[in-house]
Amino acid sequence: MTAETAHAHDHDHRPSLYDWKRWVYSTNHKDIGTMYLIFAIIAGLIGGALSGLIRWELAEPGVQVFAEGSAITAWLQMDSAHGYNVAVTMHGLIMIFFMVMPAMIGGFGNWFVPLMIGAPDMAFPRMNNISFWLLPASFGLALLSMMVPGNGDFNGFGGGWTLYAPLSTSTTHHGGPSMDLLILSLHIAGASSILGAINFITTIFNMRAPGMTMHRMPLFVWSILVTVWLLVLSLPVLAGALTMLLTDRNFGTQFFEAAGGGDPVMYQHLFWFFGHPEVYILILPGFGMVSQIVSTFSKKPVFGYLGMAYAMVSIGVIGFVVWAHHMYTVGMGLDLEAYFIAATMVIAVPTGIKIFSWIATMWGGSLDFKVPMLWAIGFIFLFTVGGVTGVVLANSGIDTALHDTYYVVAHFHYVLSLGAVFAIFAGFFYWIPKMSGYRYNGFLAGLQFWVMFIGVNIIFFPQHFLGLQGMPRRYVDYPAAFEYWNYISSVGYAITAFGVLIFLVTLAEMFIVKRKAGDNPWGEGATTLEWTLSSPPPFHQFNELPVIKPDTHH
Amino acid sequence: MKRGALFAGVLGGAGALSAPAFAMVGAPTPRGYDFQEPATAVMREIVAFHNFLLPIIVIISVFVLALLLWVIVRYNRRANPTPKKFTHNVLVEVIWTVVPVLILVAIAWKSFPLIYLQERVPAEAELTLKVTGNSWRWDFEYPDLGVALTANLLDEETATAEGRPYLLATDTPLLVPVDTVVRVLVTSNDVIHSFAVPAFGIKEDAIMGRVNDTWFNADREGVFYGQCSELCGINHAYMPVEIHVVSRPEFEAWVAAQGGAFPTAEVEPAPSAAPAEAAPTEEGAAPAAAPTR
Repeated sequence: MTAETAHAHDHDHRPSLYDWKRWVYSTNHKDIGTMYLIFAIIAGLIGGALSGLIRWELAEPGVQVFAEGSAITAWLQMDSAHGYNVAVTMHGLIMIFFMVMPAMIGGFGNWFVPLMIGAPDMAFPRMNNISFWLLPASFGLALLSMMVPGNGDFNGFGGGWTLYAPLSTSTTHHGGPSMDLLILSLHIAGASSILGAINFITTIFNMRAPGMTMHRMPLFVWSILVTVWLLVLSLPVLAGALTMLLTDRNFGTQFFEAAGGGDPVMYQHLFWFFGHPEVYILILPGFGMVSQIVSTFSKKPVFGYLGMAYAMVSIGVIGFVVWAHHMYTVGMGLDLEAYFIAATMVIAVPTGIKIFSWIATMWGGSLDFKVPMLWAIGFIFLFTVGGVTGVVLANSGIDTALHDTYYVVAHFHYVLSLGAVFAIFAGFFYWIPKMSGYRYNGFLAGLQFWVMFIGVNIIFFPQHFLGLQGMPRRYVDYPAAFEYWNYISSVGYAITAFGVLIFLVTLAEMFIVKRKAGDNPWGEGATTLEWTLSSPPPFHQFNELPVIKPDTHH
Repeated sequence: MKRGALFAGVLGGAGALSAPAFAMVGAPTPRGYDFQEPATAVMREIVAFHNFLLPIIVIISVFVLALLLWVIVRYNRRANPTPKKFTHNVLVEVIWTVVPVLILVAIAWKSFPLIYLQERVPAEAELTLKVTGNSWRWDFEYPDLGVALTANLLDEETATAEGRPYLLATDTPLLVPVDTVVRVLVTSNDVIHSFAVPAFGIKEDAIMGRVNDTWFNADREGVFYGQCSELCGINHAYMPVEIHVVSRPEFEAWVAAQGGAFPTAEVEPAPSAAPAEAAPTEEGAAPAAAPTR
């Protein structure tokens, strides 16, 4: 706060959009949030293009798109089965680290956590700056890793986003510098996230406006609080695992090298100790956004506020003790499997509480099906579908048949691609009038929802069938029997890609036509503090802190 | 566990390597939307458990969808202009906490016996099969019988010419006797692979430096396919598994033809299984183990 008053003598002065210093030196949570969102959109388009290559390849049996000399991939130097593996790997990493996390935590979190708790900015504005600017550096390294030798003469790292040793440490498989660049990239992305997480924790604990007790915070703030705790506790473990990979590769340690007394399975334990909380990191902010949106467009307070908040807390806590359900087939022993089955299924209880509480929030409300509400309702249903297949997979007995098949791919895309991404679109259309000051074209945005809703379901629902039939993941080519559903899945991709195009058109149209949004375009249901400010909010807000009274919350 | 004897012997004398006319083919089917047909009791249990779960998860999903549709119809802006303001209802909150717990307990009740069936190799294991993953092919060995073989992908022309499924068929199928408990030891010479045969309900990671074990007892003769199920590099999609389940006499003839022999009288093979597992990691399993890369 003192930093802000020091250099913001004219506190309403908003620097020019075209002043590069405004962005590069930015300590303003809204500008940084905007940069995060733009970054996430760019990364999402790149990650989405990679998945386009994957679905194009899998549209029919045989190797076409990634065949040697294929015009489509040759210019990327990805015209090989290794190139396919690189596409799969980078699609996963980009979507997780450079699309969903920056959009939800960096973008919406930065923008709306201070606004919702009545704070003038984040606790550490300069740290906020470095949190963001580490990310393009990290992304640059990740893209660079695709362009340098990874496997012999083939470029890029093709070992999957999980980076399993010994595939990632073996000199015969990934001797090139590609993997080292990727390790560095993820280290930097992790540092960025940890710094951001510390910033959020401090902000939420210390900078709430008078009267904004923890139990009066909007659920989106709760969701970010739980998420950043998960980040702070899990990312160091990833950093440790990555460092061990690095020293295994370059300095002769043998942490994951069986021949030297190391254990490849140890890597998987370390990775998933991070990796499982990570998947909750990807979805929890979405829970928060959906809660705000459902409440706003039902014109009704959130049902069971405390239950909703502590359901997220318990999901976060339990999320740390279920990691080995990703590795049922490594031969972990019977009792351990039994424990992880039980612990994993427990998560279904708080998740169920959330689903039913959202519906109860709508129950008796006066529902307005604006675009954010469409995405939120779509989220609730599709996340349920992804959730119940998660209960199936939690059972090690069935996971024996489904592990590493397309059933798993379908499951995690239902909860992430159709869950997290739907939540991001919901949040985007909910807050873009506030962030930009303009209203979007409701017809275009609604059209995008329906096109994408149909498209993603056509992509991912048939993948359950492929998985049940036994089609393994990460295959560049498949037996002819799998063709039918794969082809349908690829058609779904084309539909979804059209939906993304509509999204870009909607964005452009909004900024060209410039319809004024007004302070609160959503009416009486929008009760959180950001709607009390102008749209877009002043460059520095809450110089006089708002006072929260018991009944004005959530 | 040996109820499949019913199916055995239907095609007793079929030539293992040449004839595609098997009693059963364990492979994906075009437009298939369910599990492959099971050929072991374990896989039948997996299918049964899935058939138990599927209605539960469909009902839950449909229930949530119905509730959503109901609030959309009943509580939209026009149907209900003035929103209610309630935020609590202890009874429904207790119900939607307790009912899922009960459902999960029911699922766990069915789930645990299945993993104990899968993971405990029966004491009467009669045959030990050692599977070694390589980049990118499988080595198979019957340590007790002195039989070892290497299975590579059957190239596309040969597969098409012989009418066998490309990317599933191998140049050297592995033979396994029907109605026999086969203990499978799985390991790897390099990166992690995963040995999977969907119709048997087995999938076990092949990891260097450790020997994982699983088991199957195929009760139907036929040809069964599987694919490597852990990303292992460039040719991950090109290291399938082809197993022929054949009658006991045919298996014995095949073992003899491979230059192997049964250690003692094959009528009482049980005692030989126990000592065999004492030294399963004995090296020298795979001649010509140089990676192809």
